[in-house]
Amino acid sequence: MTRVYVPRDAAARSVGADAVARALAADPRVQLVRNGSRGLLWLEPMIEVETAAGRVAYGPVAAADVPALLAAGLLDGGDHPLRLGLTEALPYLARQTRLTFARCGVIDPLDLDAYRAHGGMRGLAAAIALAPAEVVAQVTRSGLRGRGGAAFPAGVKWQTVLDTPAPQKYVVCNADEGDSGTFSDRMLMEGDPFVLIEGMIIAGLAVGATRGFIYLRSEYPDAARTLGEAIARAAAAGYLGDDVAGSGRAFHLELRIGAGSYVCGEETALLESLEGKRGVVRPRPPVPAVAGLLGAPTIVNNVGTLASVPVILDRGADAYAALGVGRSRGTIAFQLGGNVARGGLVEAPPGLTVRELVHDFGGGTASGRPVRAVQVGGPLGAYLPASALDVALDYEALAARGALLGHGGVVVFDDTVDMAKMARFALEFCAIESCGKCTPCRIGARRGVELVDQLVKSKRPADEAAVLRELCDTMTHASLCALGGMTAYPVESALRHFPEDFGL
Amino acid sequence: MVGPLLPVLNEVQSELGYIPEHAIPRIAAALNLSRAEVHGVVSFYHDYRTRPPGRRVVKVCRAEACQAMGGDALAAHVEARLGCAIGETRDDEVTVDAAYCFGNCACAPAVMIDGALHGRVTPARFDELVGAPAEEERS
Repeated sequence: MTRVYVPRDAAARSVGADAVARALAADPRVQLVRNGSRGLLWLEPMIEVETAAGRVAYGPVAAADVPALLAAGLLDGGDHPLRLGLTEALPYLARQTRLTFARCGVIDPLDLDAYRAHGGMRGLAAAIALAPAEVVAQVTRSGLRGRGGAAFPAGVKWQTVLDTPAPQKYVVCNADEGDSGTFSDRMLMEGDPFVLIEGMIIAGLAVGATRGFIYLRSEYPDAARTLGEAIARAAAAGYLGDDVAGSGRAFHLELRIGAGSYVCGEETALLESLEGKRGVVRPRPPVPAVAGLLGAPTIVNNVGTLASVPVILDRGADAYAALGVGRSRGTIAFQLGGNVARGGLVEAPPGLTVRELVHDFGGGTASGRPVRAVQVGGPLGAYLPASALDVALDYEALAARGALLGHGGVVVFDDTVDMAKMARFALEFCAIESCGKCTPCRIGARRGVELVDQLVKSKRPADEAAVLRELCDTMTHASLCALGGMTAYPVESALRHFPEDFGL
Repeated sequence: MVGPLLPVLNEVQSELGYIPEHAIPRIAAALNLSRAEVHGVVSFYHDYRTRPPGRRVVKVCRAEACQAMGGDALAAHVEARLGCAIGETRDDEVTVDAAYCFGNCACAPAVMIDGALHGRVTPARFDELVGAPAEEERS
């Protein structure tokens, strides 16, 4: 029997991985493993064969290719036009630093033994051996910042929860990965769910929280199935429950599914939603670390943040902090999508430039036309023109350019893009998703859409643009949360860098 | 249970395909909430339907990465092919909805048909997909 890996990741399945798996399973020599995705998404479905020399990759494979592949000696790593070579040696992967995603695509995501064999649960063991305050100190010293977009230091948040006395505390994982252009959380939850569970257990032990929730968006049914099964298996193995891994301490974990609301990715709206209410943003203070779920001290962290914790505890805060630049430490999972030849997941220390990501990793546009604009950081992120791609992907460097890293999503557009249309879309999206609590966002987004429509038809576009900029300014400074507060980023950057699209 | 309303509504919709008007007072009574509170939640979240969807439900991603890969043309094709505008249900037969990101941005454009996600969807590929019977296996 030869092991053949066919990803069960939603992206791989969306382009036919299940049919490939069925075709391969029909051969009695094949021992099929459904792994996560390696993140070389333009090559999906990318299958791998275990050989004496290592795992050999083939892709993109269609079910119809399977007979020819088997005839060409697939099971011995035989030659074929779809053969890509040894997986680990593929430049796209070899150039990355896989820490958080070390196991993603390598193992069967629901195989707890494989998880442990690949370093899993070592961070938890280290955390159990430490006093809670020392665990928090490790996270603080690692320099880990929230990977969801706000980039708030995780250790500071954890310290606040630790220091706030309460009979019940909570750990909430924000898995409402609603930013378009982002998919690293989805890949991780589908490809290595135990690392998220381990990170949440460590967080619970560190701050004395005995209950955790994962709030997952409904657009990710595959992640829901995988996480649900992983939680059941972790509980059966004694990692969840009243006695976590024999530590005598409790941590219970529950998966909750959202109902289609972008603003529920904002942490206070998420907490409202978890409580069974409309996902309306709460004014801060108090911050959730002081008064979060049901008014109790609550850690709210993104999937990528919590999943980075086990490796920090396992290898030590200093090893993690040794990577990166300035105040951007460790690694970040960048996601490359849109009109790009080689889209996928790139985990690397911050500091990589947008050009390196889009051109060296991405190979330019999928259409073969010139790159015209790149949106960094999701629907609330700025558009960069092709001339500004040398900016480094770290929190401070981007902020200095009026942009932000957000959740690390990078979407590429070719020269057919109409940037006035994209600016209008940003405002339209804000109007659709606004929770309605604050006026600048609720009304501002609608007026913004109308203003862009007037602007592109106007005989005096400069006057209309001035009003639009003023509206953006109001939304930025007077909105209650990032949805209204950051919609100006795509709008103003489009106006600034692509005035010709607005008739300016 | 912390905040049971969303899990209950999700379950009702998953069984019935929508949240019937007459279910709201019963859910409210069971959870000790007012009808207004339940109605407020049902009307807030995009997923909840108050009328039955069509036999087929097609969700077209309208977010940026899919737009960068011909998502607008695909959305127009979907509407024309199915004779149903985004946000509408035609003859109890088909419902077409907009979605804002399935996390398939490197295999754009993406469409979800009856819960199954499809990537790199061209108009021709979409026609094949809706012409074919629903895939039986959901492993």
